[in-house]
Order: sequence, then C-alpha cells, then structure tokens
Amino acid sequence: MDRPLTIAVTGLNAIDSPGPGVAVIRALREGLPAPLRIIGLSYEALEPGIYLHDIVDRSYQIPYPSAGAEVLRARLAYIHDREQIDLVIPNFDAELPNFIRISEMLRAMGIASFLPTPEQFEARDKINLNTFCRAHGFDVPDDRVIHRADELVSCGEAFGYPLVVKGRYYEATVAYTLEQAQKAFYALSGKWGLPIIVQQFIKGTEINIAVLGDGKGDALSVVPMRKLYITDKGKAWAGVTLEDDDLVAAGRKFAKASKWRSGCELEIMRTDDGKLFIMEINPRFPAWIYLTAAAGQNQPAALARLALGITVTPFGPYQSGKVFIRYAWDHIIDISEFQRMSGFGEG
Amino acid sequence: MQLRKNIATSEDGFLFNPSTGDSWSANSMAAEWFAWLKEGRSREEIMDLITEKYEVERSRVELDWEDLMKQLQEARLLQS
Repeated sequence: MDRPLTIAVTGLNAIDSPGPGVAVIRALREGLPAPLRIIGLSYEALEPGIYLHDIVDRSYQIPYPSAGAEVLRARLAYIHDREQIDLVIPNFDAELPNFIRISEMLRAMGIASFLPTPEQFEARDKINLNTFCRAHGFDVPDDRVIHRADELVSCGEAFGYPLVVKGRYYEATVAYTLEQAQKAFYALSGKWGLPIIVQQFIKGTEINIAVLGDGKGDALSVVPMRKLYITDKGKAWAGVTLEDDDLVAAGRKFAKASKWRSGCELEIMRTDDGKLFIMEINPRFPAWIYLTAAAGQNQPAALARLALGITVTPFGPYQSGKVFIRYAWDHIIDISEFQRMSGFGEG
Repeated sequence: MQLRKNIATSEDGFLFNPSTGDSWSANSMAAEWFAWLKEGRSREEIMDLITEKYEVERSRVELDWEDLMKQLQEARLLQS
C-alpha cells in the first residue's frame, strides 16, 4: 500500500461519560505499524477527540442514527471519496444497527468493518439478555420489559426493593421505593424512549470484561477489570486489570455461545458466594479499552487486523494489576477550528 | 497457613489480590511476615525469626500472629 492505512472511528466524546473512540485510536496507533491515518466521525462539534490532532488527523460530522442507514451510507461515501477509508470502527450502541445494515455496501466501497451480525446484536440486547443468558447457562438477574409506569407495582412485588430501572439504550437507576422507580421510569423513557427494563437488584462487586470475539466462537482476548473509582454516572474513572480464571472463562463462554464478531464488554456482578451474574452486554469496546493494550492484549489493533483479513492468533497472558486513571485536561483551540466543524461539518 | 499463591506482595508491605482488585498497605514488620509466608516458611519458623530479630517475647509474637492471620482470613488472602 503506497498510502497510510486509513481508519475511521466514532465515539470521540472524551467527556465525563466518555465514548470509547479516543481510547480505541490510542490503541490503534500503538498497535499498528505507522503511518496510520485516523478519520474521526463525530455527532457534535464539541467532541474533544476532533481537536486532538495527535490522535485524530481529520474529522467529519455524521448524521444521528435516527436519520437512518441510507443517510449514513451517503455521508460515508462522501467522506470515503476524500479520505479513502480502509476500515471503520463504530463505537456507540445506538449507531451500530445502521453500521451493521450497511456493512456489505461499505465493503463493496472498499471499507472493511468487523461487526456482529444483526442476530448477535439482538441476542445481547437488554430486552433479550435474560433469554439469551438462560439459554446458555449464564446467571442473570430476573427482569421485566415494561411500557407503562403502573407495571412497576408488579415488578416491585416480584423483585422487592431495591430494583434497577434501566433505559432502552443507556443509563440505569437503583430505586429503593415505588416512587423512585416511577421517577426513574419517566426520566429514562423521556430520554431514551420505551420500553424500560426493570431488573432484580444483585448485590456484589461490579466487574467489567473486555472481550474480542473472532465470529467463529473463539475469544482472542479476554481482559477483566474492576472499577476503582466511579463517577456519579457510574463510569469508571480508574480501574485495575484482574487475574481470575472464572472471569476469563465467562468471557470465553460468551464468545462461544454468541459467536460474537467484534469487541464487546460484559458487565458482571460477582456475588459474595462467587456467582457471576451478567448484568449487561455492551456490543462494542468500552471506554477503558486502552487498558487492554497496556496489559498486553491490544484488542482494537487485533480487531483492525481481523477486519482487514489478517490472521490473528489468540493472545498470551495479560498483566494483572495494571491500573488506568482517567484525567481531565483543558485543551485549547482557536474558535475558527470549532467554526469549521460546526459550520461545515468537517475539519 | 499460607498466602494464596496469586497474591502480590511488595517489600514495603503492599498487598494486591489480582482476583478481586483489592489492595492493602501493611507496616514494615507485617511486610517481612508476608515475605516469609510467600517463601513458604512455617508458623514456627516465622515465630523464631521474629523473636530472634526483634528480641520480643514469644507470647507477644503469637498474639500478633493470630491477629494478622485473622485479618488475612477475613480478606480472603489465605489458602483454604
């Protein structure tokens, strides 16, 4: 290839509830041979990753998922014309259905991707999680999918309090009373739409596992992490890699059961008696994914190789006890740079 | 009693359980005990080393030993 490998990445919102894009790019730059050209795909003009020029070479705004797959395809075709994208790595749950839908069209244009199938994506959806987990022998909290606030009464009778009220795509609230549950129902349905998922509360230690599945039933990498510091939105601000055979086995079991084809994150609750409850399965890399590279298993770089048709062998051991600590930094730009992004949608 | 094999210890008394992510800081004497435990030394051997090195009564060392073992047990750092 006589030009740099060009990879387009979404999720550049490196804010207090960060998207994974900046961490994915950092891992790509570290794990793939230079030169590498990164095209940022953003939804908002103030996503910090757009302006981090040692991370992102050039950025383009893309339409919100609600605009539909065809609008996204047309926009990516425009960007591809200018940038000759080799690979795209989407990093948001809500945008994935559109990217999956147009993945074959993108391939025909010369843009590779490494995404789950629609069936895989649906199987781990919050709405289907319980069914999927029970079918494959995972411990999972009881849940109910509801469309009306008055259904909370029977949820409370079934699960007791506290219980967890979860939004369709993002966010969850632990409710200790019916009133709190109702408040959460209206707040979350107003923000993310219906249905709402009500889940049995499981007491334990929260653990997250980053998994890279090869699409054939094998996990090429499984790295568990425990949050050491959590923001008020429940996001990890610091975390440490763990070494635990049961956790790694859970990641491998998920890859085998789902034949997962991409990166993903298992949210696990480990109870005092050692049971591992699957609370959620996020269908993309988590925002802490650079920790996998720091621990010796660079999942984003491996995904890029898989997408480009390069054989990737499963990783060897990773380092436990590797800690990440996120930090905030006031990045300075000129207003003209912001103007280009907000006015023209590229910069 | 032995520390679980995967427990990481440092010379300055830091313990890390890689299975749970929990960590502890201990004083310098406990750090020595951890090092000896990791070497596989027996309770009696460690008692002898402590009483000889610090010139303290064995009954006092035994009390401290029991206290430390109780804490390690509660923290699930000992082999079952």
